[in-house]
Amino acid sequence: MFDVQKVREQFPILHQEVNGHPLVYLDNSATSQKPIQVIEALEEYYNSYNSNVHRGVHTLGSKATDGYEGARDRVQSFINAKNREEIIFTRGTTTALNIVASSYAKAKLNEGDEIVLTPMEHHSNIIPWQQVAKATGAVLKYIPLQPDGTISLEDVEETVTDKTKIVTMVHVSNVLGTMNPVKEVGEIAHNHGAIMIVDGAQSSPHKKVDVQDLNCDFFAFSAHKMCGPTGIGALYGKKELLDDMEPFEFGGEMIDEVGLYESTWKELPYKFEGGTPIIGGAIGFAKAIDYLEEIGLENIEAHEKMLVQYAMERLTEHEDVEVYGPPADQRAGILTFNIKGVHPHDVATVLDSQGVAVRAGHHCARPLMNWLGCTATARASFYLYNTKSDVDAFVDALVTAKEYFGDVYAE
Amino acid sequence: MSMQSNLDTLYRQVIMDHYKNPRNRGELDENDALTINMNNPSCGDRIQLHLQVENDQVVDAKFTGEGCSISLSSASMMTDTVKGKSIEEALEISGIFSEMVQGKEYDDEKYDLGDIEALQGVTKFPARIKCATLAWKAMEKGLDE
Repeated sequence: MFDVQKVREQFPILHQEVNGHPLVYLDNSATSQKPIQVIEALEEYYNSYNSNVHRGVHTLGSKATDGYEGARDRVQSFINAKNREEIIFTRGTTTALNIVASSYAKAKLNEGDEIVLTPMEHHSNIIPWQQVAKATGAVLKYIPLQPDGTISLEDVEETVTDKTKIVTMVHVSNVLGTMNPVKEVGEIAHNHGAIMIVDGAQSSPHKKVDVQDLNCDFFAFSAHKMCGPTGIGALYGKKELLDDMEPFEFGGEMIDEVGLYESTWKELPYKFEGGTPIIGGAIGFAKAIDYLEEIGLENIEAHEKMLVQYAMERLTEHEDVEVYGPPADQRAGILTFNIKGVHPHDVATVLDSQGVAVRAGHHCARPLMNWLGCTATARASFYLYNTKSDVDAFVDALVTAKEYFGDVYAE
Repeated sequence: MSMQSNLDTLYRQVIMDHYKNPRNRGELDENDALTINMNNPSCGDRIQLHLQVENDQVVDAKFTGEGCSISLSSASMMTDTVKGKSIEEALEISGIFSEMVQGKEYDDEKYDLGDIEALQGVTKFPARIKCATLAWKAMEKGLDE
């Protein structure tokens, strides 16, 4: 394990008071905080070698190129991709999934083809496929959810057919914390000749990911949820699939030859990286990976598991708090809940008054809210710098919220 | 001001009263009334507002929907306020309300704002201003048409 207090020292933002209380940051599924190492790497880049990549003959240009391309190597080893050109830098998970929808699916799918997904997807893994379906005549098919918010492989078998061309799902649900068996689902997909896409936005920050072991065809994730900067993420894709796809954006950096009427593209990965890339972001992303690997993804996962179990245990004392999703031992460090009779916005406002930051709303997962039978929920999500006393502060603040609204109702 | 008293300002008794006992909750006959649907896409609150307008006058107003205490109490107060007002007056009050919740100077003399002024507390909670204005935006949309 690791020393949480030491880790906390490396996150300057955590050491402040919010509304007169020490900050308890439990909105990590929305975005994580950044350690000083990442902040300093960004600062160093902008202070000492900011320059455009791949074209400058000058010293700063090559230093920036080394930093940017070195980051690609870091991401490659982080998810154990076979080839470095299988890593495309994107703005984040949303863009990564849109590249696959646009450049792969719209070109390959035909009327009657099936795209299989789950109702627990983030909007960014639903809407691109709705658009593909509209453009190609393909149909969307949803794998039903079990009562505890998981999926069963039997249902996957039932849903995936020989007409299925794409199976796509979250690795870890941003609402329920469900961990999907994407490797096994991928096998089923492949048996039917479909490709497997994994939305890894909520898994990559918290557990070791090996895309060769998962044998997925595409894997999308974001740096900002894993201690890195906002505005950068990556799309992993198997080389033979990426090679066969048209670029997503056209312009500078991604061309081989340009004529007045025709142009040709660079090799992978550059044909997918039109325009000046996210250089500082990539350098910060690589530093975040260094940071997480030094602590150990297995340790981070175990730490969060301990926190979510502790939180769920403490919440069993409060019958009027409903927690959604699978049991503690089967979920990632995400706790979505409602206090009976109090709207989650109101809960979050009272929690914030106690310095506790949680998310309230539909979490970009409207179809899942419908399945849960509510319009909104509150969510606490943990990361490596959270402690048991954060959980205690959270539960205390919930009690305050209950009392506050209890009193208001009683009036 | 302490956070506790900020909270108390946000959740004034009159607000909680409108939340617990909403006025004008329900529907109006589609043949007589306008129906306006308005969502707050960032949080999932939704309101359906029904406005019955005759000769440039809001004769009746009702609402249904789901949301937090602030958005629902605001809908309750808004419907109470606009009933019997002319379109012009209703829109003008909406403008005053909008300035009030944004913490700007507002005219509190021209109209009797009544319960509405209790929602002033949201100025201290920028994330909640949209909750307070949802029903009013729906009303403006309906009356602009």
